[in-house]
Amino acid sequence: MIAIIDYDAGNLTSVERALRSLGADCAISRDPGFIAQAQRVILPGVGRAGAGMASLRRLGLDRVLADTVAQGKPFLGICFGTQIIFDYSEEDLTGCLGLMPGKVVRFPVDHRDTAGNPLKVPHMGWNGVSWKKRHPVFAGIPEQAEFYFVHSYYLQPDGDNLVAGVTDYGFPFASAVARGSLVAVQFHPEKSGRPGLKLLDNFLAWDGKEAGDAL
Amino acid sequence: MLSKRIIPCLDVRDGKLTKGIKFKGNVDIGDPVEMAEFYYREGADELVFYDITASHEARDIMLEVVRRVAERIFIPFSVGGGLRTVEDMRAVLMAGAEKVSVNSSAVTNPRIIAEGARQFGSQCVVLGMDVLQVPVSEKIPSGYEMVIHGGRKHMGIDALWWAREAQRLGAGEICLNSIDADGTQEGYEKTLTALISSQVSIPVIASGGAGEPRHLAEVLTEGKADAALIASMTHYGHYSVAQIKDYLSERGIKVRKYW
Repeated sequence: MIAIIDYDAGNLTSVERALRSLGADCAISRDPGFIAQAQRVILPGVGRAGAGMASLRRLGLDRVLADTVAQGKPFLGICFGTQIIFDYSEEDLTGCLGLMPGKVVRFPVDHRDTAGNPLKVPHMGWNGVSWKKRHPVFAGIPEQAEFYFVHSYYLQPDGDNLVAGVTDYGFPFASAVARGSLVAVQFHPEKSGRPGLKLLDNFLAWDGKEAGDAL
Repeated sequence: MLSKRIIPCLDVRDGKLTKGIKFKGNVDIGDPVEMAEFYYREGADELVFYDITASHEARDIMLEVVRRVAERIFIPFSVGGGLRTVEDMRAVLMAGAEKVSVNSSAVTNPRIIAEGARQFGSQCVVLGMDVLQVPVSEKIPSGYEMVIHGGRKHMGIDALWWAREAQRLGAGEICLNSIDADGTQEGYEKTLTALISSQVSIPVIASGGAGEPRHLAEVLTEGKADAALIASMTHYGHYSVAQIKDYLSERGIKVRKYW
């Protein structure tokens, strides 16, 4: 059973539908007991750091998620669910889950590409990922395959060894990170066509142990 | 680098496509779910469903279409047409749409934008704008006026002012339809699109006037659009989405290639 964590952070049904289409046995849940029993955990979400962390704490899910990682269960973060596993977010100046070292910062207000053309924030739409790790969850996905992004804040992991994928939007930023049993992506695999479904399918088959090497 | 999006638009009435659509091979497809799946497999980056159902009872039929589409395609899609309240928006989002589009209802009731953004997030709220070129006046300084009911009713609101106001209220994206260009198949309204796109920080989808791939190339470069809406040019098999993407890619415009 796969638990999709519900913490009042947006509509989670698209993640559930994508997993079901792959034949996965999954449920949206906020019950700490149920989540502790699940074999795999997915933390999705859309929202703000302050409210998201407040919900996780109120529901007692911050501890459950820390246990999940400590036990080495496969854990997938998606979009906002990825941002909130880091130490700290500039959004609402929020201390987050601290399951991955680093912080989350906003794209610049007057964001521009290297040629000086203005770039819109949020970064919304399809952008390519350049893979930095040979990891089972990203196996078989082409270099520069595009995924669907919607975000105004981006990841700044502490340490290049955490970065599994990089995307360019004015400058390169970490769009996928991995450490031990934890994999987290800034994009939405559930909305990213075949490459996204491939990633989810890989996650369903992953034992959480084999973490791959740097490319 | 972010890709420019190609977005087919499907008009739905009472759960069926308004026109039977013939693809290469001359197969008539009337089912919006089947059509959505076809476009998904063909490489469309996103889909727009526009519900032109008149009666309120038929809304449930549309929600059922949305549910079935959401089970079968795994790219974002938006639903617009007749959404008047936040509850209407919620029903469509819960049925599986990524975004909702508000148009005339937002012109008469701008609070729906703010309230939708507050409850579901700006990324869910698309502002549809129907715009007509008019003489520049004190009231319409940009020379582009907001209209509703397919252009039959002028609102006395400047389109540029409204685009910025909608962004301020929390709209996450603008779908900008030129009533002058709509249906002509002679190209998008590039001047209008560039004007709006350069004055807001949210993405702008160009709509109205697409007839050939060159039109998309123009609006995505000179027109500064982030995405382009298409309808008849692919619905009737004159072009495929893949052909359009090849054309754009050959001209150095970044498009999504893996689907």
